[in-house]
Amino acid sequence: MTERAPAWKRYGDSLALLAGLVLLWWLLSRWAGEEALTGPAETLARAQELLQSRRFHGHVTESLTALGYALLLAALGGLGLGTWLGVRRLAGQVAEPILVALYALPKITLYPVILLIFGLGLPAKVAFGAIHGIIPVTIFTLNAVRTIRPVYLKVARTLRLTPWQAFRTVWLPAALPEIVSGQRVGFALTLLGVLIGEMFASQRGVGFVLINAIGLNDVPTIMAAAFLLAVFAATVSAILLKIDRALHRRTIRA
Amino acid sequence: MAGPGTRAGAAHAVLRGVTRIFPPADRGQAPVHALGPLDLDLARGEFFAVVGPSGCGKSTLLEILAGLSAPTEGSVMFEDSAVRGSPPDGVGVVFQEDASFPWLSVWDNVAFGLRRAGIDSAETARRVDHALGFMGLTGFARAYPAQLSGGMRQRVCIARTLVLQPRLILLDEPFGALDQQTRLLMGDELLRLWRDTGATVLLITHALDEAAMLSDRIGVMSARPGRFIDMVATGWPRDRDSTIVSDAAFGEVTARLWSSLRGESLKALGAAP
Repeated sequence: MTERAPAWKRYGDSLALLAGLVLLWWLLSRWAGEEALTGPAETLARAQELLQSRRFHGHVTESLTALGYALLLAALGGLGLGTWLGVRRLAGQVAEPILVALYALPKITLYPVILLIFGLGLPAKVAFGAIHGIIPVTIFTLNAVRTIRPVYLKVARTLRLTPWQAFRTVWLPAALPEIVSGQRVGFALTLLGVLIGEMFASQRGVGFVLINAIGLNDVPTIMAAAFLLAVFAATVSAILLKIDRALHRRTIRA
Repeated sequence: MAGPGTRAGAAHAVLRGVTRIFPPADRGQAPVHALGPLDLDLARGEFFAVVGPSGCGKSTLLEILAGLSAPTEGSVMFEDSAVRGSPPDGVGVVFQEDASFPWLSVWDNVAFGLRRAGIDSAETARRVDHALGFMGLTGFARAYPAQLSGGMRQRVCIARTLVLQPRLILLDEPFGALDQQTRLLMGDELLRLWRDTGATVLLITHALDEAAMLSDRIGVMSARPGRFIDMVATGWPRDRDSTIVSDAAFGEVTARLWSSLRGESLKALGAAP
């Protein structure tokens, strides 16, 4: 096990990185000009305006609703599918290359089909977000289940566990660290899918705010929306990463 | 149920004509004859060791006796009921690899089997605390396996098996990954455990001195397909410990094991004896 760095050092590095990024942003906006790239202070001011406007709240609610449903589908669907494919070795071997190919496919090519099936509105965004997230969650879960050390399963058998006991108390905890890693990647891609879905063929949501601002060449709004999205995604990712690391710290790499 | 060749009630575990042939891994390859045919009678309360060259099917023998895999031919009886591909009640297994669960504390690892078996919490606590004390793990009850050394993790696994009070304990090279000094001390603990519980023990090892020091009887296996080519009774008293290595008879036992095994080990290496 590696020693953990002291708290001041870990947070100090993160803060230095953050400060560096803000500085770079400021320098770029100076160089490119305010009309091309809004600086940090003006972006924050616009973000605050957005957060106080009732209209923007409606868009946020729309996006969060779509994201919530999409995440539910991707997380639970991927977990179920991945577990099943991990346990059924042959099915997993057949499905894995197909999943990897689907993972590499730019999903935007499927959006017209999804729009034809679901029509304009929330269901299309949910479906589009979910197909982004479900594939990595499935692949991670499949590998998590498949790489459980065989000796754990032998222990489960010699302790005469029922199949349900073995699943709940051995398979699941043994696979959990990798499953959480998959959920982390799944979250990021589901968010991406929902936003892309909102950017095209939609009248509501943060993705729509973004594409609308692009159409109007409203640079401060583009930057403010991007900034708020980045803060949201980074926060959720950081929480998931923390859980992920805490789980992996216990894992012994023999 | 007493099949041909078994002496019902006389032995704790009986193997008759046990053979294991693995199907070919790829088309065009021959099936692998790993084990047998092999007969073995384990007396109740006996400490029996199996030694043999690498790849001779020692672990396969243990898995068949544990009910983890079924023999291709032959029969296994434990306490007068047949074992066939499903682990019987009263058999505990300690594996060669570290099998402690990294997501549970030491205490919860040891309590694991008791909880699944529905033992009440007061009895579970009593047995776990006793086993931790016996294995010298009391101070580590709240620790996680990742914080322990390999030897201590193996003790956690032994304790987890021990609390279920098995009547037959199977150990597959449990000290294989440990250094020599730790192995001698773990051997002492194993002897103490065996005396205190009265269980029958089958120990698989590649260390001849370990087999000679611990066992009442040692079965020497041939190169693949594994069969018993010699049975050595040591005649040690029941209250022995690792100081027996200085006994003159210890050298004789080890020498006999090696003379039986030398040719087989050469065969396993692919050289002529």
